[in-house]
Amino acid sequence: MPDRVVILGGGTGGTLTANRLRRQLGDSAEITVVDRDDRHIYQPGLLFVPFGLADPEEIVRCRQAQLHDGIEFRLAEVERVDTAANAVHLDDGTALPYDVLVVASGARLLPEETKGLTGPSVGESVFDFYTLAGAVQLRRALRSLRRGRLVVNMVDLPIKCPVAPLEFCFLADWYLRERDLRDDVEIVYVTPLDAAFTKPLAARRLASLLEVKQIEVETEFAAAEVDGDGGQLVSWDDRAIDFDLLVSVPLHGGAAFVDRSPGLGDEIGFVEADRSTLQARAAPNVFAIGDAADAPTSKAGSVTHFEGDTVVANICRYLAGDPLEPTFDGHTNCFVETGFHQALLIDFSYDVEPLPGRYPQPRLGPLPLLRESQFNHMAKLAFQWFYWHVLLPGHELPGVGTAFQLAGKDTSAAASERSPA
Amino acid sequence: MSTALPHAPVELDAEGFFIHPEQWTRDMAPEIARRNGIAELTPRHWQVIDFMRDTYLTKGAAPSIRTLGRASGVPIKELYQLFPKGPAKLAAKIGGIPKPRGCI
Repeated sequence: MPDRVVILGGGTGGTLTANRLRRQLGDSAEITVVDRDDRHIYQPGLLFVPFGLADPEEIVRCRQAQLHDGIEFRLAEVERVDTAANAVHLDDGTALPYDVLVVASGARLLPEETKGLTGPSVGESVFDFYTLAGAVQLRRALRSLRRGRLVVNMVDLPIKCPVAPLEFCFLADWYLRERDLRDDVEIVYVTPLDAAFTKPLAARRLASLLEVKQIEVETEFAAAEVDGDGGQLVSWDDRAIDFDLLVSVPLHGGAAFVDRSPGLGDEIGFVEADRSTLQARAAPNVFAIGDAADAPTSKAGSVTHFEGDTVVANICRYLAGDPLEPTFDGHTNCFVETGFHQALLIDFSYDVEPLPGRYPQPRLGPLPLLRESQFNHMAKLAFQWFYWHVLLPGHELPGVGTAFQLAGKDTSAAASERSPA
Repeated sequence: MSTALPHAPVELDAEGFFIHPEQWTRDMAPEIARRNGIAELTPRHWQVIDFMRDTYLTKGAAPSIRTLGRASGVPIKELYQLFPKGPAKLAAKIGGIPKPRGCI
């Protein structure tokens, strides 16, 4: 009898895992992908929508069409997972039994957890760009923005693509300068962190970019409440920041069914999994990939892509009765759009923070790390094609290795900045 | 950097967080708290500190303010009253665990 593999979520992680497993296991496995809708959004594209650099219809495709033949696609909401009984309960009352379960259900936006983020001001003075509808509304608002204070805030980590709020600031600066409005619009970046970014060297580089672009930074601001009518963002320790237009990245949590599945997730619904094997703590035949997992690294497509190797290989090992291997090293890379057709690239892992150097080939690059370049911007734009045609089908990206590599990176940069005399 | 707290020398990072949580003992906490502007540790403070430390020691990562607000039994508003400015950071410092990192 074929092994039954059930994959919850038809986004980046679910799709690439399904396609790779299908290729490796063929008819020896029955693969079912479950999602509640059939719209696969290319999420990196959302950042560009408010600035008119991408159209909504360009970044959405059908989920099912991204899955190889022989993979079943099931349109349903997941009610809960019963890891003791090896079954997924769907909201239509059916149960899907599995031999291996992959949780790839991503992250969920939780604006309702912040007072005022779901009120009548949403779409008036308060916006998000993490949903297609929000990004489209924001595009209209930016088009009519002439003067005032544009405040960009992430309520708290974790969020998907943690550099996106910074990129939004950089692109807003570019957008307003192009329109000769920058002198009349202040841009303020408000973060709960104590710096522009968590990793020290990158934080410094990004802070200097913010300064050059005259973007004001407010750190250690834990947003508690949004007063849309009064135009104020208020923190838990009663600081207030005035805004005319607020771009908020709401709190994130895992999929709701994770909360309804005892033992599967942490307090905010992300699946507790071993950070190196990606096997869930709940049961040996459950794995997590991408934003759905609680791995201590970025929630980003690159992470999901690199995790794919580990998850697929370990599922095959599990089915063959072999021991799993702890191969995922936290490898992450992110393009950071900085406006004016430039982008910066960062590449890091669990153990090594972003360093200057070249990527993906040591010395040859062609992409410079931690430095603005037009190459990086072009690579970021080109990536959308690779996403649909290479990454989702589960092929290797040319020249890009899964494991983080130190070759081509300047390790002295971190050491010299870290040890003040 | 090495700083002599009462009883034993411990290793702290540049910002004053413990590098080795096992060097911490409970009787060090009131002194660290005083140095960071908290005159007295009440049972409510300890509830947060213990939760931070237990979570770090079992999971290898300190909880965020959000998780503290949900799971420590102390609501976020009160966390900021108990540990002004940065509850997660301050409670980590007093509880002898490394600085919590936002996961990026």
